[in-house]
Amino acid sequence: MRSKRFEALDERPVKKDGFVKEWPEVGLIAMNSEGDPVPSITIENGVITELDGKKREDFDMLDQFIADYAINVENAEEAMAMDSLDIARMMVDFNVPREEVIKVTTAVTPAKMTEVLGKMTVLEMMMAQTKMRARLMPSNQCHVTNVKDNMTQIAADAAEAAIRGFDEMETTVGVARYAPFNAMAIMVGSNVGRPGILTQCAVEEATELDLGMRGYTAYAETISVYGTEPVFMDGDDTPYSKAFLASSYASRGLKMRFTSGSGSEVQMGYAEGKSMLYLEARCLYVTKGAGVQGTQNGSVSCVGVPAGVPGGIREILAENLLAACLDLECASSNDQTFTHSDLRRVARSLMQMVPGTDYICSGYSATPNYDNMFAGSNWDAEDYDDWNVIQRDLKIDGGLQPVDEESVVQARAKAARAMQVLFRELGLPEITDEEVEAATYANGSQDMPDRDVAADLKAADEMLARGVTAIDFIQALDRGGMPDVARSLYNILVTKAAGDYLHTASKLSDDWEVISAVNYPNNYSGPTTGYQISDERWQEIQDIPWAVDPESI
Amino acid sequence: MAVNEQMLQSIIEEVLREMGTEQQAPVLSAAAQAGKVELQPKGEAKQGTASDEVVIALAPAFAEFQTENIVGIPHDQILKEIIAGIEEEGLKARVVKIYRSSDVAVCGHDAAELSGSGVAIGVQSKGTSIIHQKDLPQLSNLELFPQAPLIDLETYRAIGKNAAKYAKGEAPAPVPVRNDQMARPAYQAKAALLHIKETEHVTPGKRPVEMEVIFS
Repeated sequence: MRSKRFEALDERPVKKDGFVKEWPEVGLIAMNSEGDPVPSITIENGVITELDGKKREDFDMLDQFIADYAINVENAEEAMAMDSLDIARMMVDFNVPREEVIKVTTAVTPAKMTEVLGKMTVLEMMMAQTKMRARLMPSNQCHVTNVKDNMTQIAADAAEAAIRGFDEMETTVGVARYAPFNAMAIMVGSNVGRPGILTQCAVEEATELDLGMRGYTAYAETISVYGTEPVFMDGDDTPYSKAFLASSYASRGLKMRFTSGSGSEVQMGYAEGKSMLYLEARCLYVTKGAGVQGTQNGSVSCVGVPAGVPGGIREILAENLLAACLDLECASSNDQTFTHSDLRRVARSLMQMVPGTDYICSGYSATPNYDNMFAGSNWDAEDYDDWNVIQRDLKIDGGLQPVDEESVVQARAKAARAMQVLFRELGLPEITDEEVEAATYANGSQDMPDRDVAADLKAADEMLARGVTAIDFIQALDRGGMPDVARSLYNILVTKAAGDYLHTASKLSDDWEVISAVNYPNNYSGPTTGYQISDERWQEIQDIPWAVDPESI
Repeated sequence: MAVNEQMLQSIIEEVLREMGTEQQAPVLSAAAQAGKVELQPKGEAKQGTASDEVVIALAPAFAEFQTENIVGIPHDQILKEIIAGIEEEGLKARVVKIYRSSDVAVCGHDAAELSGSGVAIGVQSKGTSIIHQKDLPQLSNLELFPQAPLIDLETYRAIGKNAAKYAKGEAPAPVPVRNDQMARPAYQAKAALLHIKETEHVTPGKRPVEMEVIFS
């Protein structure tokens, strides 16, 4: 006979999640593994000749790249001589300024940082994260996609997401050839919602760069790096080829960040017996060495792996913190689905929501999850009110704010119309009034009519072939009677040409000021310092339309 | 009104007659009628020349060190369905074991290069499958079935059928696949575990081995 209590427990969502026990020998361990190298460094004539127990002649390509480019050799011997516990204490202690910590953390090795983080609890890491985040104020990023690749819906959802507070937005495709339309839609729609939103389209790397060079996107993120050589080579890549790709983006003034995250190496079967945190540390040092301003990390798409082992969510926080300690922008994941349990979903995200990261989610699904083409996010459009209430409950700034239905409907309608105008002016397949109306009121693609996909794809190919660039979008929108939207797209191009938002952790304000870690550095040094929620912002956060006004009774 | 089976059959026959299509006798598949499937290694796999063959590439641990996929479907049943799918299209299946990699794309592509038709199916022990073609880049594919927990036996059969259709030069509609955002939370950690256990049996440089398939 079965216990009715246990029967009830078996029915809980958390019981549907997959959990495994540690197996350190193959890398199925989050952090604090006996298999991780003992930190060490030897420098001869300014060259690192030994790194974490390995001699230069035994370096693999990651070791070599890290030794040559990622570690500040000048301070290295002194920093490596410090006790790891002392470094951990510096990170937590708000009396030690961020820049003092950075001097140490950028001069030590991946194994050393792994050891340092291994000494910290999640609470201590959250304290450290509060101080180590690059930009003064936190922000948030979202995904805008749908299963039909309907560009009008993408534009409408992006417009809504903009007025809800996201500063960066990312789309991708169901069908690869839809990429130019999706990129165009998210850029136009988001900038209808609020001028100055940065957008990207995550597709195959060469296509993504091409779209960026044509001005269809404002930044890029899905440039993946891995922590072991065999996994890197499975993707036909090296740290050097990735660094070259990064330079290509910079040459066009396009912001970009690398992507990495724990679990990918063990998922591919080549973790070389190292912990997930150590391998992620190697990825982050490669990122730093490539001169890239930031990273999207926090396990990301392999989150089911760290989440399945003990201490995995702690490890995810540790890798986000490590990115900040290398003075990198950190878009801290909180994106992909990893659990059936709403309780676990929130507990995992509080690690980044409470201290705040440069982009807390990367991203939050701005559609219902059934439309999320990144295989589902930890947060979706139907969680908007929950997110807002959590901000209000804790008085934290997670980047969003409550909005009223009327403003949302208006913004969606305008974005959909902008796409209609743009398609008409560029001679692309018609976007009907019916589609504009459906997108205005839609929750997801189930509410959208179907389009002639074959005609769309043909038109998208032709559009690229005839060399249409963002300049053509601007002219078309201006001609079509939407000069304000045209102006917004124009200003993004101007900012890009100036190279102004290549700085670490950049975003744009709605009056085109670049806000980055350079002009708004995080200066947290204890209570009432660092980013403070202003009275005005607090009003915005707390003003949920459905709260009862005492005066109304 | 009760619709019995006989009535249904007669309606179908009538419709088929009206459409002018002769009812084709289905191609007999030995695999479809088999109860069990056994594999016997018989030396290094040779380059195929028959254009009517589809090669099935099994990852290193398949039906050897592991016996069922990530949701417990027995490996011999998976193999049986894939072979049956190929045979139903009138083509022949040849089975090889890949040892140099546990990557599904590598398994599929290595086998496609051995395949007389240039088409192959790669199958990992956890069930992840791919239809590959020799002229495609290794990291590309004709069809990929990345979410192993969502592949049922019917889908494995359809994968066999589609591979055979590609081999015949047809352009079939891709096998419908399910998508479930909750497959990751439920299975990703287990998938890593199974893949590690498969990768342990990788032998770098070892050539593919031909496997004799014995139905009983």
